[in-house]
Amino acid sequence: MTPHNVSAERLRELQRLAIQLRRLVVESVHHAGAGHLGGPMSAAEMLTALYFEVMKIDPARPRDPDRDRFILSKGHSSIGLYAVLALRGYFPVEELKTFDAIDSRLQGHPDMSVLPGLDMSTGSLGQGLSPGIGMALAARLRGKSYHTWVMIGDGDSQEGQIWEGAFVAERYGLDNLTAILDWNGLQQYGWATEAGYGVLARRPAQENPAAKWQAFGWATIEIDGHDLSQVLDACARAKAIKGRPTLIIARTVKGKGISYMENDFNWHSKPVTDEDLRVAREELAAQEAAL
Amino acid sequence: MTARLTDKLVAQREVFGDTLIELIDRDDRVYVLDGDLANSTKADKVSRARPAHFLEMGIAEQNMMGVAAGMATCGLIPWLSSFACFLVNRDLDQLRVVVAQPNLNVKLGGGYTGLLTGKTGKTHQDVSDIAIMRAIPNMTVIAPADAVETRQAMFAATYHEGPVYVRLTRDPHPVIFGQDYQFAIGKAVVARQGRDVTIMAMGVQTVRALEAAELLDAEGISAHILHVPTLKPLDVEAVVEAAGRTGRVLTAEDHTVIGGLGGAVAEALAEHRPTPLRRLGIRDCFGESAPNEDLLEKYGLTPGHMAEAARSLCRS
Repeated sequence: MTPHNVSAERLRELQRLAIQLRRLVVESVHHAGAGHLGGPMSAAEMLTALYFEVMKIDPARPRDPDRDRFILSKGHSSIGLYAVLALRGYFPVEELKTFDAIDSRLQGHPDMSVLPGLDMSTGSLGQGLSPGIGMALAARLRGKSYHTWVMIGDGDSQEGQIWEGAFVAERYGLDNLTAILDWNGLQQYGWATEAGYGVLARRPAQENPAAKWQAFGWATIEIDGHDLSQVLDACARAKAIKGRPTLIIARTVKGKGISYMENDFNWHSKPVTDEDLRVAREELAAQEAAL
Repeated sequence: MTARLTDKLVAQREVFGDTLIELIDRDDRVYVLDGDLANSTKADKVSRARPAHFLEMGIAEQNMMGVAAGMATCGLIPWLSSFACFLVNRDLDQLRVVVAQPNLNVKLGGGYTGLLTGKTGKTHQDVSDIAIMRAIPNMTVIAPADAVETRQAMFAATYHEGPVYVRLTRDPHPVIFGQDYQFAIGKAVVARQGRDVTIMAMGVQTVRALEAAELLDAEGISAHILHVPTLKPLDVEAVVEAAGRTGRVLTAEDHTVIGGLGGAVAEALAEHRPTPLRRLGIRDCFGESAPNEDLLEKYGLTPGHMAEAARSLCRS
């Protein structure tokens, strides 16, 4: 039994959209000559599920007071968010070519003051959950039924403010707030394992998130963050939990979908060469064909 | 003359609490977020009188700033209650990224500024708040002088589109403005007409400047006082005009002379009307815990210090 009512056909469509999102991310970073890749890749299915299935939103009315809210606390994954906004119709896909260019609405980190559709400016880590609490509180204070979604990262969660927010959200029993942890294990450089810093392996950016967040009074749901069916289920279940906020712990792979990026912290942020782009397109095309 | 010393003593923090209630009654979008200091900042008045509009945020200022930003995006007008030392410094990056950069409608009530913080010492005395707030784009920065102006500044701040920092003090001071006084963001006011030396002051130092002017009167020195409640945007026109009035300027602030009123006036005069200038304030040092009178004396913030500085400016 699954809480979501999404058909097998629609699921395939969403999977195709997640692949498109990954392609747009690689192409945009290649075009801009700089940008973050690993994080947008690990978040691709979740961004797709939220914007195409879960959230009550209308791209034509990005400031609708009753819309669901989304905050990307791990703001360096901005290009992933821009790609899904473009695919969803907030602005032309063509505009992704302006990413990081002068006067662009697509800033290196999300800037709500220039791009309609962004519910909060982020980029300095650890800061996204708190405004989400403010939005969820505002909904309660003003009798509104919208839901607030915040995507946090595991490196992002090393900031103390995330835990201040975890504490306060529980105090107010904010069941109209759901955080999603993109638990991809890596951060920009990271913490060495016993093997030291000469190898790619790193100690996970967060360990035992379920125990930590449960200790803070949150409900937790653990899923495979690349399985769209599980993502949709988790979102539906999270909304149904009453009396406390929920954290969806999404196990993911940093750089997911592009073989040479997966689990390599160096692809946190790196220019994409022409050859990198060619291989990425090939791999993504193969994934699409296999759907 | 728009200002005069009276015997009526009122603490700005009392006005802060009372005015918040008044604002909530006038506009139900106003909410107070407290960093567990309400019974010091007097936001506790709201917690009892209008509990539905009082949100305790605990001892977690970074989160509090972010929560306020989120509420502001939903059309609410959050007022933050804390000590300036924490509200300005502890959550400065949050203010920068989620409030100032998106220019959101968050209002900061920075309590316990300057040195007179109830013997709590340097950790709790904020002597750099104006300098820090001024340097952040989109911020409006106000340091009201008395009870009348504090109330009006809070109204103006509430209906100003964008973030505003209001600098407040703890202890009672004389009321100097009448009920006919009209505060406007960005406007300096001549508190006293004079011929020989111009004293530009902010916050409660304007009250002490009026006392200094009386001391100077007795010696035949006529002080012109420009009260500068808005530190940003600075009323450059009024500053230049008041400097031209006497050709000598003394700035007075209970704040470091770097980047506060003295810094702002120096910047404006250097560009628009170079004028002999002395900056009276805290000389690039931290404070300490001690009785109020001892602090004012040791750190050079009394009317006597102002009169002496004005006197020496007139001699030079």
